[in-house]
Amino acid sequence: MELTSREWWGIIHGMVLGAAFLIAFAGGLAGFYSLRPGLLTEAGIAERTKRLKIGTWVMAAAAWLTVFTGTWIVYPWYRAEPDGAKFQLLADPSTADWHEFGMEWKEHIAWISPLLATAVAFTVTYYGVSLIRQDRTRKVLMITFTAAFLVAAVAGALGAFITKAAPVR
Amino acid sequence: MTDMMQRDASADARERPSGPVAAAFYAAGIGSLVLGILTTLAEASTGIKDALQLSDSVGPLSGKTIGAAVAWLVSWVLLHTAFKGKDPDLRKVFVWTAVLVGVGFLLTFPTFFLMFAPEG
Repeated sequence: MELTSREWWGIIHGMVLGAAFLIAFAGGLAGFYSLRPGLLTEAGIAERTKRLKIGTWVMAAAAWLTVFTGTWIVYPWYRAEPDGAKFQLLADPSTADWHEFGMEWKEHIAWISPLLATAVAFTVTYYGVSLIRQDRTRKVLMITFTAAFLVAAVAGALGAFITKAAPVR
Repeated sequence: MTDMMQRDASADARERPSGPVAAAFYAAGIGSLVLGILTTLAEASTGIKDALQLSDSVGPLSGKTIGAAVAWLVSWVLLHTAFKGKDPDLRKVFVWTAVLVGVGFLLTFPTFFLMFAPEG
């Protein structure tokens, strides 16, 4: 049971960074939700804000690393002529849509996620503990943070299906 | 330690101008929009698609993503400077950012951008 370097990169891109992204999202979302007056003491607000900063920056960093490794390391193997996974998919009409729709969408939308996640992380850092008094901004940050996650989730799910149909080896 | 945290908290709790937040959000919207525009333009024009191929192994995606990242970063720096000390209405900022990201999202959707592909 040995993995090639390409398969290792596929695991790093899809699973290691994906898991970090998911954990940071779950922690960040819980942090945003509970950052409300009445739920926390002053010391609790400072501690929760610190965790929120870490969670949002970890998610932004994971998103950047995921799109970077995906675009510049894994994707060239996928599209390499003549036997890259892309050509395996296109050779069979029953799998061609995985490239023509799935990969064509995934390779682009994934890049929206780090842009949104970075804006959220910056805003959390900028406002710090005063974010608790800005309920509307906190809610918009939650929505944006979730949008960054959903965009990455669509790209990740398509990537998993494409890899199942034609693994990068 | 607790005193220090409370001092930090009270210092942070002072209202800060919303300009830098507006810059960060608009930049995310601009980066998304540029990504969408480059994606659709690459489909509509072979010349643009070739020009975006900054790396042979990555193909036109290299130019699209580098273009979007540069647009994001440059617009963030410029807007951050322009909005420094200013206090724009964040509600408008969030709405316009959603519009920019939404249009960018649409322009990266294959069913949409393939409408601009030359027939053949």
